[in-house]
Amino acid sequence: MAITVKIPTQLRAATGGESEVEVSGGTVGEALDAVFDAHTELRERITQDGDLRRFVNVYVSGEDIRFQQGLDTAINDGDEVTILPAVAGG
Amino acid sequence: MSIENLKCKECGSTYELGASYFCENCFGPLEVNYDFSGLDPHEVKRQIQAGSQGIWRYSDFLPFEGRPGDPLEPGLTPLLRADRLAERLGIEAELWLKNDAANPTHSFKDRVVAVAVAKAQELGFDTVACASTGNLANAVAAHAAAAGLASYVFVPANLEEQKLLATGVYGTNLVGVRGNYDDVNRLCTQLAETRPWAFVNVNLRPYYAEGSKTLAYETAEQLGWELPDRVVCPIASGSLFTKLGRGFQEWLDLGLVSGKQPVFNGAQAEGCSPVATAFAEGWDVCKPQKPETIAKSLAIGDPADGPYAVEQARSSGGGIDAVTDQEIREGIKLLAETTGIFTETAGGVTVGVLKKLAERGELAADERVVVYLTGEGLKTLDATRDTFQMHEIDPNLDSFEAEFRREVSV
Repeated sequence: MAITVKIPTQLRAATGGESEVEVSGGTVGEALDAVFDAHTELRERITQDGDLRRFVNVYVSGEDIRFQQGLDTAINDGDEVTILPAVAGG
Repeated sequence: MSIENLKCKECGSTYELGASYFCENCFGPLEVNYDFSGLDPHEVKRQIQAGSQGIWRYSDFLPFEGRPGDPLEPGLTPLLRADRLAERLGIEAELWLKNDAANPTHSFKDRVVAVAVAKAQELGFDTVACASTGNLANAVAAHAAAAGLASYVFVPANLEEQKLLATGVYGTNLVGVRGNYDDVNRLCTQLAETRPWAFVNVNLRPYYAEGSKTLAYETAEQLGWELPDRVVCPIASGSLFTKLGRGFQEWLDLGLVSGKQPVFNGAQAEGCSPVATAFAEGWDVCKPQKPETIAKSLAIGDPADGPYAVEQARSSGGGIDAVTDQEIREGIKLLAETTGIFTETAGGVTVGVLKKLAERGELAADERVVVYLTGEGLKTLDATRDTFQMHEIDPNLDSFEAEFRREVSV
């Protein structure tokens, strides 16, 4: 078992077309770091100065991590981490 | 042709004019970029005045090459003086109400949806969709029906019954999601990746949002080609609030109007006030909230344009306030009793904030203030329940006299 990180369609060029990346990690931040290590181009697009860019939303199993502990939110094997643009709606 | 490309509001990257809404480099929102340098203000003004009786009179400033065909054209809603309301509030400011309930589906959402549906057709989509708190659902279902497009409308399942009924009647695929608006919005963001649909406020959002500028143009035109000194406007995602500013700025830049940007006052419900909180705390991002308010049309806990709304309130010297559910109910009643306009809960929020500004003495005597009423009271009837009593009598004079003996002296 591992963590599945889902990548938005528009960024899949950076993952060689893959819609999801399997990684391991104990927190959302660790899981994302593992994704960035494998696909270096994504780090700059998604983060700035070590934090998520202000129009990036990240969800663990459907729940926004800002309602949890942000990048320190604990995750377990089998969890799904979803990266989505925050500029929809209204 | 004045429409150039889509441009990221954060980093300035540009994209082709397709169904894209966020920047691949930084996730910032994309906005339609125009070149107005070829426009002659006198000619533009003449064309507007000779134009249609709705938003397409402003086609030069909308994301199309020509005037779209539209069987359900919104716009040119009344701008009304509200002297009795001003008197009740104890202010000497010149108070105006922009009643945008006077649109085809009774809210300002007809403006954005008319633009989005026309763009969807231009881009070749045969199905439109949206994530909605209610008013948008009504508008998408109706404009899709008028244009002969299929539609899917996603709303929180616990929405006001009036808004569900006023959506389903148009023959749309109405989907009630067991969750709040932000859950609906996330689901639609995911669906937009896989379905070949025009989600008006997801992948077509850059075009959709442009429709709100027409409220700024109309305000200026109806005030005799002048800008108000102050606007009071509800904030949900912050898109309307910021696009009002963009609309005013475009006309200032072109020389169609003179003066400066109005002061911007935003209005939120306390039970969902991420933008008011960010303003008060001095943040440049909004911390999301779980909405708990009767103002369901403003119940967006994670507002997409929140940071820009905060910037606009700050840079204009205005502010963003929040009111309680009780103040919302009182705002609806105050407006109805002094103007004859029955607004929905979002209007109650806006009037509630206007009242706060009046009480704090922030409205100067010589100011011209425009208040935006974005929706219709008949869609949120629960908010007025138990706020008055009906006199029930038998059909005879004695019964009437007995009931009113204390109140009417004969």
